Amino acid sequence: MVQFTLPKNSKIRTGKTWPKPEGATNLRKFQIYRWNPDDGENPRVDTYWVDMDDCGPMVLDALIKIKNEIDPTLTFRRSCREGICGSCAMNIDGINTLACIYGMDEIKGDVKIYPLPHMPVVKDLIPDLTHFYAQHEAVMPWLETKSNTPATEWRQSIEDREKLDGLYECVMCACCSTACPSYWWNGDRYLGPAALLHAYRWIIDSRDEATGERLDDLEDPFKLYRCHTIMNCAKTCPKGLNPAKAIANIKKMMVERAV
Amino acid sequence: MRILTARKRAEGLGAAKSGTEHHWSMIVSSAALIGLIPAFVFTFGQALGGTHEEVIAYYQRPFPAIVAILTFLVGFIHFRGGVQTMIEDYVHGTRQKVLIVLAICLAYAAAATGIFAVAKIAL
Repeated sequence: MVQFTLPKNSKIRTGKTWPKPEGATNLRKFQIYRWNPDDGENPRVDTYWVDMDDCGPMVLDALIKIKNEIDPTLTFRRSCREGICGSCAMNIDGINTLACIYGMDEIKGDVKIYPLPHMPVVKDLIPDLTHFYAQHEAVMPWLETKSNTPATEWRQSIEDREKLDGLYECVMCACCSTACPSYWWNGDRYLGPAALLHAYRWIIDSRDEATGERLDDLEDPFKLYRCHTIMNCAKTCPKGLNPAKAIANIKKMMVERAV
Repeated sequence: MRILTARKRAEGLGAAKSGTEHHWSMIVSSAALIGLIPAFVFTFGQALGGTHEEVIAYYQRPFPAIVAILTFLVGFIHFRGGVQTMIEDYVHGTRQKVLIVLAICLAYAAAATGIFAVAKIAL
């Protein structure tokens, strides 16, 4: 049965309030989820104050400033700081997004930051994405061919290449899958929007010759049909993609070959 | 405790190779209900407020009787599919299977009761 409440040792408590920086006049309050697997304590929400006159415009800028100047134990993933690596995905102001491209001017009031929802937490803002990556791997996100490899290249028309737009841009940040209630309740069996978007990217690729096998592998009440078109995935995607549409297209292809 | 690789967990028992039939039947029954529900509401509304004899006479006419029977049949087939999906979403294990069986029995029993009632009046 689905769990609607957090287990006792996962209940979030009020944490430490860190001192305000001296001499700062333009302060902003940050409330950040903290959990350390080594101390045996429940998760807590710590409060930090950041001098906005001495900070970049994005949420990641503030997180880096907190880590560098206030609390070096704050743990989070980040790399490219321009929305292309997907590392800094987290729940900011109730929305799953990338901290590096989410401006603090988009947030009213305090900045509340949590890890991506409904995933095991490794530490602080870092979710465990092992299962998520394994699901991605399971949809065979590569070109499958049966014909002999051509001497020069696998050719593709401009029109067929355009079908990949809106699909290949996915950076696997997991914002969509962790925003999906179906993935929350059945993430062990439902592949989730991100993996299904990638599956469709290869199904629709004119050069790929495993279309039937790919559809066979997805034809399952849980792997594919747990999508109930809730559309949280499309709403939250920081890259502006629409995984729900890709899933709907897979379902259409399933019907096309059956009816 | 089982020690499994992440890939084995993700693959699970593999694809069941089913689900499309259920998906298609929900689309077909939804489309049918778009026409049936307004027709049922309209015909039911016509009989509403009449005396017992008037209602019996009304449902002895073919159109209201057939609309009512089709609405019960298609409506409860759609209900069965929807409830099954809902149970699969939120309940797992043996309890899930038991609830699905109960929901199917309830849907067919309700459909049969409705159809029998209309048929008894109409015939």
